[in-house]
Amino acid sequence: MPDGNKLSSDHRVGRSIPRPDAKDKVTGALHYVDDLPFDGLYGATVRTQTARGRITGLRFRDGSEHGVDWREIAVVTAKDIPRISKLDGLDPNLVSLLIRDQPFLVRDEFRHVGEPVALLAHPDPEVLRRAVQLVEIRTEAATAQHDYRVPPTPDQVQHGEDGPDANVFKRILVSKGAADESAAAFREVFDNAAHVVAAVYETQAQEQCYIEPNGMIARVEVAPEDAEGAVWPRKPWKLIVEGSMQCPYYVHSAMTSLFQLPDKAVQIIQAATGGGFGGKEEFPSIIAGHAGLLALKTRRPVKLIYDRVEDMAASTKRHPSHTRVRAALDADGHLLAIDMDVTMDGGAYLTLSPVVLSRGAIHAIGPYRVDHVRVHNRVTLSNTPPHGAFRGFGAPQTVFAFERHLDRCARAVGLDPVELRRRNLIVRGDTLAISQRIDEPIELHKWMDEALTAARYEQRRQAHALFNTEAEISGNPLRRGVGVATFMHGAGFTGAGEDRLASEVMLRARVCANGEGGVEVCTANTEIGQGAITVFTQIAADALGLPLDAISIARPDTDQVPNSGPTVASRTSMVVGHLVARASDDLVRNLEVSGALSDDDLRSDPDDDRASALSDAHGRKYRTDRLRRALCTAATQESGPLEGWATYERPPGGQWDDVAYKGIAYGTFAWATYVADVEVDLTTFQTRIVDFVASQEIGRVLNPMLAEGQIQGGVVQAMGWALLEEQIYVDGQMRNPNMTNYVVPTFADVPDVRVLFQESPYAYGPWGAKGIGELPMDGPAPAILNAISSALGIDIDALPASPERLMRAVLNAQAQEIR
Amino acid sequence: MTVSHAHSHLADAVPPQRVSFTLNGEPRALMVRPFRRLLDVLRTDLALPGTKEGCGEGECGACSVLIDGEPVNACLVPVIQCEGSTIVTVEGLADHAALHPVQAAFVQHGGAQCGICTPGMVVTAAWMVDRKLDASAIREKLSGNICRCTGYSAIVASVAAALGDAKAPASDADGADA
Ligand code: FES
Ligand code: FES
Repeated sequence: MPDGNKLSSDHRVGRSIPRPDAKDKVTGALHYVDDLPFDGLYGATVRTQTARGRITGLRFRDGSEHGVDWREIAVVTAKDIPRISKLDGLDPNLVSLLIRDQPFLVRDEFRHVGEPVALLAHPDPEVLRRAVQLVEIRTEAATAQHDYRVPPTPDQVQHGEDGPDANVFKRILVSKGAADESAAAFREVFDNAAHVVAAVYETQAQEQCYIEPNGMIARVEVAPEDAEGAVWPRKPWKLIVEGSMQCPYYVHSAMTSLFQLPDKAVQIIQAATGGGFGGKEEFPSIIAGHAGLLALKTRRPVKLIYDRVEDMAASTKRHPSHTRVRAALDADGHLLAIDMDVTMDGGAYLTLSPVVLSRGAIHAIGPYRVDHVRVHNRVTLSNTPPHGAFRGFGAPQTVFAFERHLDRCARAVGLDPVELRRRNLIVRGDTLAISQRIDEPIELHKWMDEALTAARYEQRRQAHALFNTEAEISGNPLRRGVGVATFMHGAGFTGAGEDRLASEVMLRARVCANGEGGVEVCTANTEIGQGAITVFTQIAADALGLPLDAISIARPDTDQVPNSGPTVASRTSMVVGHLVARASDDLVRNLEVSGALSDDDLRSDPDDDRASALSDAHGRKYRTDRLRRALCTAATQESGPLEGWATYERPPGGQWDDVAYKGIAYGTFAWATYVADVEVDLTTFQTRIVDFVASQEIGRVLNPMLAEGQIQGGVVQAMGWALLEEQIYVDGQMRNPNMTNYVVPTFADVPDVRVLFQESPYAYGPWGAKGIGELPMDGPAPAILNAISSALGIDIDALPASPERLMRAVLNAQAQEIR
Repeated sequence: MTVSHAHSHLADAVPPQRVSFTLNGEPRALMVRPFRRLLDVLRTDLALPGTKEGCGEGECGACSVLIDGEPVNACLVPVIQCEGSTIVTVEGLADHAALHPVQAAFVQHGGAQCGICTPGMVVTAAWMVDRKLDASAIREKLSGNICRCTGYSAIVASVAAALGDAKAPASDADGADA
């Protein structure tokens, strides 16, 4: 196992290695899906215009005036898809995910605006654009549910039976202490508390807004004997889909289910992907299915690329949320009990909502010690496009509510918000709300203090109090405030999720361009900007003791790489990176077994810098030149290149109980304190973020430059959520599906985010690394809103803190003062 | 469908015309429908897919190219407007194998993550560097280019380094034995 404590100067891990893929990115040589050479048809999607109803018919209006000849356009509807799968007896038109409720194409009933109804293909994209406009969808309206927070009326029920669970996709209860005993015992804690503080918090949807919109190319290879007149679903044939995605094996399983094909008859290839942030986790399966359906119908390659408007209007977003929090505190500000009620908006279909809700529930109370806890969580249906995976995955919503609430509690008790946190943060050996005991050596108080010192929190707070008092007297419209959030994020799948994934990684010997031996790392984990290629290269180079240029990373292609699980949940570096290190050891072991390496090849001098196998589990370290020679031979052997494999093994420790919602949810957490310093202008109600410190403990920092960039990127995305980004829905239709009216942060909107790392290596991550992808999404919104609330002296409890919202809040407060 | 299209049918109906310009140093002449977007002509007709489309409406800057030395959003330019112009795309920045200083700085300072905004970003940044604009103006001059990955700091550092502003933190170059 890699030693978690010290890195020698030989290591490539721990250094700011530039990305191997950077050169192709800066020269424009890297081809994303829409850049690939293509000779085939273009696809387009006809979508519903209203929020709920039934389709009674489609009319293809005459297009002769518009240069549209329907005889030249291929059309696919749900009628082209069989009703019963020969594989499992289920409807293959329903996307295979947690459950199967969302159709690839509407057969009959539909639940949201922009739901796909028909697919068109033609060689000229301009003709297609016009053709889409000529399709008339005839519908019978049904009553839509537009507010996820209220129970449905009987005619709005679309999921489950009428009753308390109508339109509820999932409920989760987290409870601890008195709440486990009885409602009365729990109530008693509140009755006897010195302070009870209650409030409601709301967060809005957020668009991932990766700069590369979604897209797929599908083609069908017909086996020669079937080439003449074959009609789907006759076999054998093979479906090949290439495109922008995070999770090739998710797409793979969705395609085998839709097309009722054996695993081998579906090949999914990731093209270079221009950002994902969760938005390319589950949604690309639908586009792949659409492109595949058209390719199958036309027997031509079909390219289906969304423009920004279609992407924003149709794809998944972050779940909106509504949270009531009640806190019981003693006179000294110790948290005695928390009662929380979380509702998330799942949108029209279930998709990943139960898992998003779960992560929200587990992270709700953060790194605080509270003996009595009850967190009711539910995710409900509303007639908008489904809400789905987005960086943070439910945690940003509950962390926002809880961290905002702590500031309110601090005021009620008469403490500084930081002091209140200090009194309640966990120490080693304490348990979280989910009863997970934290045995790793955490020092949250010290780490928080480091963040506060870097941010000059105390000085700023005093200076701002003075400034605001003077500003009020002198009529200066500026108000200043500083705000804090302290939080955590668990990496990897929850509970036994990683066991079920049973991820596998393979390394194989190869011959490099210079003729020397090297290694190819084969995983299904995708480079989406986060740096997977770089970090895997560093890990394999160190594990084997090879130079970086001896390592290449295979393209995620389901015909070529094993299933190492999805590129989600901050798991790639920590979980899969660990497998890369272990597979490296296995490869060395196999070289020994095959006789390609022997004792003669061992390094003699322990300080020999040609020595390899820095991580070698059995402690045998080989000379680099000998290892490369052995790899070269092993790469060209007759039976195919020699391989090394690793399969996920759960770290020792307890279990997670998915029914009681107690136990070991994650092997480890990353811990963070973020500090925001803001200035609000009471003339324009604009908020300027003056300074932002993001301080976190993330185990070993594998590549400081990349890690810093990923944290900065996540923080700025969260700043957008906190201040700017908002989807306007009218009758379930998004009114601002474009970058002109859905505004994300630009260079001019944000400061340089100052990033600090603490390192407390995690025994089961590569060289001690923990996952960091999602963490920076959790803390900025509450830190910023705490700063704004402090600047204004008014609690701002909903996102985004737009000028309109701040103006309303200030005017309301003034009106109340006058009364 | 819910998509609103900027492309009008009338524009498609206008017959092709001859348009000539200098592209990445080479004279080019082609027959095209005059109102087609320069972005499409570059990507499709001229097989230069380095210039990206992020929004199609002048908001994101992924399609930035230089026209007569000035950064322009190619998604907003009808190709006929380029008659007689000099156009530089991302593919034309590097001098054969040698990266433009801005490109080299993006590699060294982590200015590219997913890379989809990068071509537009380096085109605008190269303009800044070639004009020797002041490093204090980076955030303002680049504010028409949106990046969803980096949070901008590493891009600012990259451009500052290319401008010769030494503050930028560098990657561990000697760690790159590749
Ligand atoms: S594609 Fe031209 S500005 Fe976005
Ligand atoms: S690097 Fe991904 S959008 Fe800028």
